[in-house]
Amino acid sequence: MIYHELIVVGGGLAGLRAAVEAKKQGIDVAVISQVWPGRSHSGAAQGGVNAALANHPDSADDTWEKHAFDTVKGSDYLADQDAVAQMTKDAIPIIYEMEHWGCPFSRFDDGRIAQRPFGGAGYPRTCYGADKTGHYMLHTLVERAAAAGVIMYVEWFVNRLVVDDGVCRGVVAYDMMKGGFEFFQGDAVIVATGGAGRTYGNTTNAIISTGYGMAMAYHAGVPLKDLEFVQFHPTGLLTTNILMTEGARGEGGYLVNGLGERFMKKYAPTAMELAPRDITSRSIQTEINEGRGIDGKGFVHLDLRHLGAQKILEQLPGIRDLAIHFEGVDPIEEPIPIVPSQHYSMGGIDTDMDGRTIMPGLYAAGECACVSVHGGNRLGGNSLLETVVFGRRAGAAAAEYLGGLAAKKGSAAAGEAAVIAACAQVDDLASRAGSAGAEDPYAIRLGMTTTMKDHFGVFREASVMQAGLDKMIDLKQRVRNIGLRHTGGVFNLDMIRTVELEGMVDVALAIAAGALARTESRGSHSRTDFPDRDDANWLRHTLAFNTPDGPSLESKPVALGMFEPQERKY
Amino acid sequence: MPEAKFRIKRYDPAQSADQNGAAGRRYDEFRVPYESSLTVLEGLFYIQENLDGSLSFRYCCRAAVCGSCAMYINGAYRLACQTNVRHLGDGVITVEPLPHMPLVKDLVCDMTEFFEKYEAIKPYLMRDSVEPEKEIAQSPHERKKLDGPIDCILCGSCYSSCPSVWGEGNYLGPAALLKAYRFEVDSRDEAKKARLPSFDNERGTYRCHTITNCVEACPKELNPTEGIQWLKGAAVRRRILGRAK
Repeated sequence: MIYHELIVVGGGLAGLRAAVEAKKQGIDVAVISQVWPGRSHSGAAQGGVNAALANHPDSADDTWEKHAFDTVKGSDYLADQDAVAQMTKDAIPIIYEMEHWGCPFSRFDDGRIAQRPFGGAGYPRTCYGADKTGHYMLHTLVERAAAAGVIMYVEWFVNRLVVDDGVCRGVVAYDMMKGGFEFFQGDAVIVATGGAGRTYGNTTNAIISTGYGMAMAYHAGVPLKDLEFVQFHPTGLLTTNILMTEGARGEGGYLVNGLGERFMKKYAPTAMELAPRDITSRSIQTEINEGRGIDGKGFVHLDLRHLGAQKILEQLPGIRDLAIHFEGVDPIEEPIPIVPSQHYSMGGIDTDMDGRTIMPGLYAAGECACVSVHGGNRLGGNSLLETVVFGRRAGAAAAEYLGGLAAKKGSAAAGEAAVIAACAQVDDLASRAGSAGAEDPYAIRLGMTTTMKDHFGVFREASVMQAGLDKMIDLKQRVRNIGLRHTGGVFNLDMIRTVELEGMVDVALAIAAGALARTESRGSHSRTDFPDRDDANWLRHTLAFNTPDGPSLESKPVALGMFEPQERKY
Repeated sequence: MPEAKFRIKRYDPAQSADQNGAAGRRYDEFRVPYESSLTVLEGLFYIQENLDGSLSFRYCCRAAVCGSCAMYINGAYRLACQTNVRHLGDGVITVEPLPHMPLVKDLVCDMTEFFEKYEAIKPYLMRDSVEPEKEIAQSPHERKKLDGPIDCILCGSCYSSCPSVWGEGNYLGPAALLKAYRFEVDSRDEAKKARLPSFDNERGTYRCHTITNCVEACPKELNPTEGIQWLKGAAVRRRILGRAK
């Protein structure tokens, strides 16, 4: 058994920012991560982070209130407006703080942090470091955590939460380097494990973005909120779905169809390529569906050639490298073939604006959480912002909770039982290793990723979704009979990926159930059979609770008050 | 269907040397369905999922930004995710873990020492000044000095390739020193002499003999050697003139 007052699961931006905050407040905090923290998926973020710094010549009168309005409008009014206000206010000092900690933002000539236009934003307020902003922010926080002396457990796979009498008391984790399960006792736990992109077969996300952290909370009785809202980024590379930043359009890139038209003029005549992602992805998908893809095929072009070599090399060097290495296309010479690709989970573990869940001692922050500040559709540049704002707030709230506890480090009995349960889970999987009736976990994984891609994509409709839900229910049955292929102790990928799969299927089921239930179109959730937003019935959050019979759906009101819901036009 | 032939270096700490030949190591061959977009990392996943569930390797972003999957592929340092099989010729694709590193299992090597050395150079911005209310001003010219070293993904390729690391286990190596350089040239850094002792010593910059393997090995095309030479000069300037940048 290993004890720390606070256990942070996940070493991406949200987890590190939470840990640094707690450490600052004198808390004994440790981060547990499946990968060395600097390898977390936060580092793949490219285009930037929003804050109303008013540095750009065209944003002199920008304010946090305008940032809040753009965010709420972008969310299709499903975001909680009090949380959005908090985030957009916190944005300004927290970006300066990242800069003071060394984050290498690009600069304007006057030495201030550079900002670029981004989708759905009324002002150029996206602060950036070339097109590698996530990498720069992540390394800055890894460095800050090292400076602060935050303890890291690297290459441990967290398998389950430990809950004792309704209170979170730690986690059980698998030691990838040495083998075996260990109980990490903690008086509070912050889950910061990222999104669930890998439940889809066409995602921009890292391979470790499985949604397993969401599943752990869900299995422990904490509801998942608004999971049906899945963001499709307009511009994933055709072959690999690797992200081509929105910053490419922020710098002036065009979207072009098979007829050579900048087709966004039909869908968002004012914002054009910088419409919010839900609208832009639907526009691209419509062009493709109606036969106006390139050569009538299933993709369109992101054309940067008119920006010129110098601008591409200075502002978008990472995009160019990715296009060359992964698509064989140099954007200076040729347009980039792109498709809408699963990119972000707006939904997640239900929390308040301080990361609290309904379970005492359990907090969540970052993409695995749903505060909600993104509602039905997240604006580009608001996810990096969310990680540091709500990572910090969750770290502070956990520190406050720990300060108020009468006693710490209670009984280890629940943790010991949880370790036994984790071992039994693996023994059970191992008992079917190589047996005739055992299901192939990778066939089930492929079934899930294909089902989610084909049945719960950019456009949705009841009969297609029902067929998809039936497939997921079948996969859920089959997942009970999966067997391991390898039972070794050290760095057992087969075990990790098989255990992960059980959580992924549950998260995918909750996405599916929520999507089928929500009989309206809002943000990223676009139904051809219910094309309009229905505020009378659906201006509310979905809550999914885990039951033996699958997800049980409830709802929760949206916090309004600053901005009246209105029709979105761009 | 066309196939790609993978030859993978294996190591299982649970098996004795007797079972596995010399020092418990061996090579296994696998055939993977070929398509023109196939990457080495995708090939490894195909093998792990379909042919041999016991295969171990590191992975994360599959987009060349996280640094997890640095390996030795056909005798060169490469990121498995960024390496297209199409570009490796028609022969067998030989995949080995980063050379000269302690092994954990198969393609996974022990990076503990690598990261200890990274931490040893105090890899963070140091400042004494009271922070301004807004950003610390930095001109585009000053900021440009950071281009390059800030793109390091700490994959370990340079470290694994450096003969000075092989010969002198104590040597900090190119990645850690490039990180020191990144902060020493940052106009916002006020470490003055606080970081200096971490690299201006017998395990630091002077162990670099400009062999430049690191430059060749780096999958992000960075130049640690150049940064290390700058640090040598900075250390001397600081000792003699007491002047930093």
